[in-house]
Amino acid sequence: MNDEFNLSPIQLDALREIGNVGAGNSATALSQIINKRIDMNVPKVALVPIESVPDLVGGPDAIVVGVFLRIYGKAPGNVLFLLPQKSAFYLVDTLMGREHGTTKSLDFMDESALMEIGNILSGAYLNAFFNFTHISMLPSIPALAMDMAGAILNIILVQLGQMGDQAMVIETQFLAEDDGINGHFFLVPDPGSLGTLIKAVGVE
Amino acid sequence: MANLIKVGMADYKVGRSPSVLISYGLGSCIGISLYDPQTKVGGLLHIMLPDSNQARASDNPAKFADTGIPLMLYDVLALGASKSRLVAKIAGGAQMFAFANATDIMRVGNRNAEAVKAILRRNGIKVIAEDTGGNYGRTVQIDLNTGVYKVKTIDRGEKDI
Repeated sequence: MNDEFNLSPIQLDALREIGNVGAGNSATALSQIINKRIDMNVPKVALVPIESVPDLVGGPDAIVVGVFLRIYGKAPGNVLFLLPQKSAFYLVDTLMGREHGTTKSLDFMDESALMEIGNILSGAYLNAFFNFTHISMLPSIPALAMDMAGAILNIILVQLGQMGDQAMVIETQFLAEDDGINGHFFLVPDPGSLGTLIKAVGVE
Repeated sequence: MANLIKVGMADYKVGRSPSVLISYGLGSCIGISLYDPQTKVGGLLHIMLPDSNQARASDNPAKFADTGIPLMLYDVLALGASKSRLVAKIAGGAQMFAFANATDIMRVGNRNAEAVKAILRRNGIKVIAEDTGGNYGRTVQIDLNTGVYKVKTIDRGEKDI
C-alpha cells in the first residue's frame, strides 16, 4: 500500500477544491465554445481499486471516446477526457454546426476537433492547479481513441498498476443543459505526484 | 442455459462445461484461456502487466502474467484438467493510443503478449491460437463446452479462434 494515499480529510478537501476550480474553468471554456450552459458536479476525489475504475463510466464494455494527454513537469500524471459515444457525436455535431444526429462515425476532422476540446479543457483545468501550487503541469499533445471504456482506461491503469492496487482519481462530470453531452474528466496523478501537489498547497 | 461468469480486470476464474467465462474491454491487457478438451475444464485470466518483479509489491497476483498464469494453472488442474492436454489461447495486447513519443509503459501490450507466451512455454502449455496487437479493444469469452474462444471488437466484428 502506498503511504501517499493516506490523506487527511483536509488534504482531500484541498484537492477537491482545486479540482472544483479547475473543473469550473473547463466548464466555462466548454460552455463558451458550444454556446450552451454546462453543469458540473463537485469533483470526486477518491481512492478506488484499479479494477473498478471502468465502472465509473458505465462499465468496461461501454463505447466511449477518450482524449488522452500526458502531463509533464514536477508532478507528472495523466488526463483522460471520456465521452460516451453518443455524447461525442453530439458534441461534434455542435462544433461543426451540423444538425444533431448527423454524425455516425468520426472522420479526421471530427477527431481533430475533439482532441482540441480535450486540449482546451485540460489547459483550463491544469491552470487551476498552477494557481494553487505554482507547479507547472504541462500537457502533451492529445491522442484520441474510440473504443470500449475498459480498453481505453488501460492506458492509465497499467501505469498505476505498476505502483499499487489502488488509484487516486480526481473526476468531474460535465452535463450540457439539454442532456446531449455527458463527459467525464479524469486527472490521475502519477504515484509520487500527489505528495508533491499536496506539499505545494501547504496543507499538512 | 450456459452459465456466464464475468472475469474482471486483474482477475481470473476457472470452471467446467457448460460455463462460459467472459472478460470485457481488454486494451493492452491480455485474456489468457486454458482449456482441457477432454474434461471440459478451463479458466480465463485477465492480466494487466507482464512482470511482477518490475512493479511494487501487490496483493493481487492475477494482475501480472508471471504470477497469474501459475495460479490459474494450479486451479484448473485442481478441477481435474490434465496438464498434458491443456491448450492456451490468448487475445489482447493492443496499443490504444497512437502517441508520438510513447513511453515503454504505453507499449505494454506487446510486452504483455511476449511475456505471456514465454511463461506458458515455460510451463509446457501450447498456445494454439492468438489474436494480439493492433490498436483496438477486445472482449473475450471462452465456452467451456466447446473450447471456442470468441474475440469481439467494436469495428472489426467478432471471430472465433
